[in-house]
Amino acid sequence: MNFSFKVLASTALLAVAASAAAQTTITGAGATFPFPIYAKWGDEYKKATGVAMNYQSIGSGGGIKQIQSKTVDFGASDMPLSAEVLAKDGLVQFPAIIGGVVPVTNMDSVKPGEMKLTGPVLADIYLGKIKTWNDKAITDLNPGLKLEGPITVVRRSDGSGTTFLFVDYLAKVSPEWKSKVGVGTAVSWPEGVGGKGNEGVAQYVQRIKGSIGYVEYAYAKKNKLDHIAMKNKAGQFVQPTEGAFAAASAGADWKGTPGMAVVLTEQAGEKSWPMSGASFILMHAKPAKVDSSREVLKFFDWALKNGGKSASELEYVPLPPATVSLIQAEWKKITDAGGKAVF
Amino acid sequence: MTTDTGNTGKSNTFAFQDKLFARTTQFFALLVLVTLLGIIGSLIMGSWLTMTQTGAKFLVTDVWDPVRSLFGGMAPLWGTIITATIALVIGVPVSFGIAVFLTEMCPPALKRPLGTAVELLAAIPSIIYGMWGLFIFAPLFAETLQPFMINTLGKLPIVGPVFQGTPNGFGVFTAGVILSVMVIPFIASVMRDVFDTTPPILKESAYGLGATTWEVVWNVVLPYTKTGVIGGIMLGLGRALGETMAVTFVIGNAYNISAKLFEPGNSIASSLANEFNEASDPAHLSALITLGLTLFVLSFIVLALSRWMLSSMSAKEGKRT
Repeated sequence: MNFSFKVLASTALLAVAASAAAQTTITGAGATFPFPIYAKWGDEYKKATGVAMNYQSIGSGGGIKQIQSKTVDFGASDMPLSAEVLAKDGLVQFPAIIGGVVPVTNMDSVKPGEMKLTGPVLADIYLGKIKTWNDKAITDLNPGLKLEGPITVVRRSDGSGTTFLFVDYLAKVSPEWKSKVGVGTAVSWPEGVGGKGNEGVAQYVQRIKGSIGYVEYAYAKKNKLDHIAMKNKAGQFVQPTEGAFAAASAGADWKGTPGMAVVLTEQAGEKSWPMSGASFILMHAKPAKVDSSREVLKFFDWALKNGGKSASELEYVPLPPATVSLIQAEWKKITDAGGKAVF
Repeated sequence: MTTDTGNTGKSNTFAFQDKLFARTTQFFALLVLVTLLGIIGSLIMGSWLTMTQTGAKFLVTDVWDPVRSLFGGMAPLWGTIITATIALVIGVPVSFGIAVFLTEMCPPALKRPLGTAVELLAAIPSIIYGMWGLFIFAPLFAETLQPFMINTLGKLPIVGPVFQGTPNGFGVFTAGVILSVMVIPFIASVMRDVFDTTPPILKESAYGLGATTWEVVWNVVLPYTKTGVIGGIMLGLGRALGETMAVTFVIGNAYNISAKLFEPGNSIASSLANEFNEASDPAHLSALITLGLTLFVLSFIVLALSRWMLSSMSAKEGKRT
C-alpha cells in the first residue's frame, strides 16, 4: 500500500512536470511552402531555449481558419490578407521568410537557364494561346535555341501559395489573364494537366517531353529541374537565385502597405526575380493567451535575428535587417487587455 | 458475492444474459444505421449553401472557378463515371477469366499460389497503385501502347476521336486502367469463391452430357452463382467510384468534359483530395461537400440498380419453371 502510494505520488509529480513543460510549447499551422524552414527554426530554437514549436503544414487556407478560430498561437499564409480582413478579424500580419516560384521545362535541346521568356508569353502559354515551342513569340526571344514540338502545360491541382504567386504574376503582366482567370490559391485553369503538390508537378514535367510547369525554387534546385530565365519589370532577363529574390524584397514598400501585405511579384529593380514572394504570419492583436503570444514573438524575434544561415541552407532568403525592424514595430500592435504591448 | 440456488433464479440470470447479449448486438447494428444517417445529415448540412444557391443546376454545370466562386460538378461526375466504366470494361472479363481458370481448369498445384496472389493484390494500399501508375505505368504507356492505340484505334471512323490526342501517358484512360488493376482482385476472388459453391453434381451432369468447359461455365455455373457474381462486380465498382489517391496521381486533374480518353480529366474523389485543404471560401467548401454527397448518392443508385437487376432476374426465373 505504502509503496503503491509512493508510485502514485511520483507519477502525479511527473505529470505536473510534463504539463509545465507543455505550457511552453507554441503551436502554429498553415502554409506548406515555408514548412521546412519553420520546422528547422523550431528545432534549433528548442535546442537554444528549451521552448518547443509545433508547426503543422496544413495549407494556407487551413492556417487562416485555425487562427480565426483561435485553436493555434499563430497562423501562416502565403497569400497576405488585406488590411480590411485583418481589421475585421483583429489580426496582425507580418512576413517571416522569402522564397520564389520558378518556371521549369523539359526539353532535350535546352540547358537549365538557357531559355528566356517574358511574362506575357508565359501567360499566353498558360492561357493556351501559344501551343508549340516554335511559336514566333518564343523563338524571337530565343534565337539560338532549337525549339519544336507541342507544349504541355503543367500546373498544380491542389490549392497552393505557390500557385497564388504564379498567377498573381501572370495577372500583373497579362490583362487577359487578369480578366479571364484571375488570382487565387486555386484558379480555373484554361489549359493543362494538374499535379498534386510540388512533387506532382515536378514528376509530370520530368515525364512529359516539351512540358512547362512551375515549382518552388527550393524544390527546383534540389531536383535539378531546367529553370527558365524571366524578363523582370526593369526589362532585364534574370536567373532565379537567392540574390534575385532578395532584390525583389529590397525594393518592396513594406512600410507604406497596410498589414505589410506586399506580394513580391513583378517588383522594380534591375536584379529582381519577378516571381518572388514572402510567407506571412498571422496573430491576434488582442490575444486571449498573452503568454503564448509573447512566446511566439520571442520565437520569431530569435528566428529573424539568428535563422538566416539555416534559411539560406534550405534555399530561402532571410528578410533584410531594415524589414526586420519594421516587423518589430508591427509587433507593438499585439497587446494585452490593458493595451500594453506583450513583447 | 451472492450465489443463486434453485432453478428459477438460474433461468432468470440466463434470461437476463440473453437479453443483455441481444441488446448489445442490437446496439452495434443500430450504430451502423446511426452513423450512416449522421453522415447523410452532415453532408446535406455542409452542402446546403450550394444546394440552395445553385440547386440541381450544380450537376449540369461544368464551370469550376474558385476565383469567381462559380462551381459546377458535371466534370468530376463525368470523370468518375467514365473511369469506373473503363475499369469495369477491362476488369470484369479479366476477373471472369481468372475465376474460371482457377475453378475449372487450374492444375491443383497452382491453385493455391495463384489464388493467394490474387488475394494479395487486393491487400496492396491504393497509394502504391498510384505511385506505380505515375512512375512506371504512365511513362511506359506513353511510349508504347498509347502511340499504337492512337495510330490504330484512333484512325477508325466512328470511335476514332475517342482515342486521339497527345501521348503523354496521363489522363482518363490511364486512370481507368489503373482502377481496373485495382478492382480485378476484388471481383476475381469473389467470383472464384462463388464459382466454387456450385454443386459438383450439376457440373458433372453437364459434362456428362458432353458440354464443353465454356458451356458448363456459361450455362450452369454462371446462372447458379449470378447473385454472388453481381455482388462481386458491385464491390469492384464501389472501389472504382471512390478511389482517390491512385486516380489523383494519373488522371491529370483538369475540370474537363471530353469524350477523348487521353485528355486529362477529374473525378469526384480526386477533386476532394486536391482542394479540401485550401478551400477557405464557404462556397468552395460547400461545393466540395456537395460533390461528396453526389458520390454518396451515385453509390446508392448503383447499389439500388444491382438489387433491382437481381430481383428482376429471379422474377424471370420463376416464370420459366
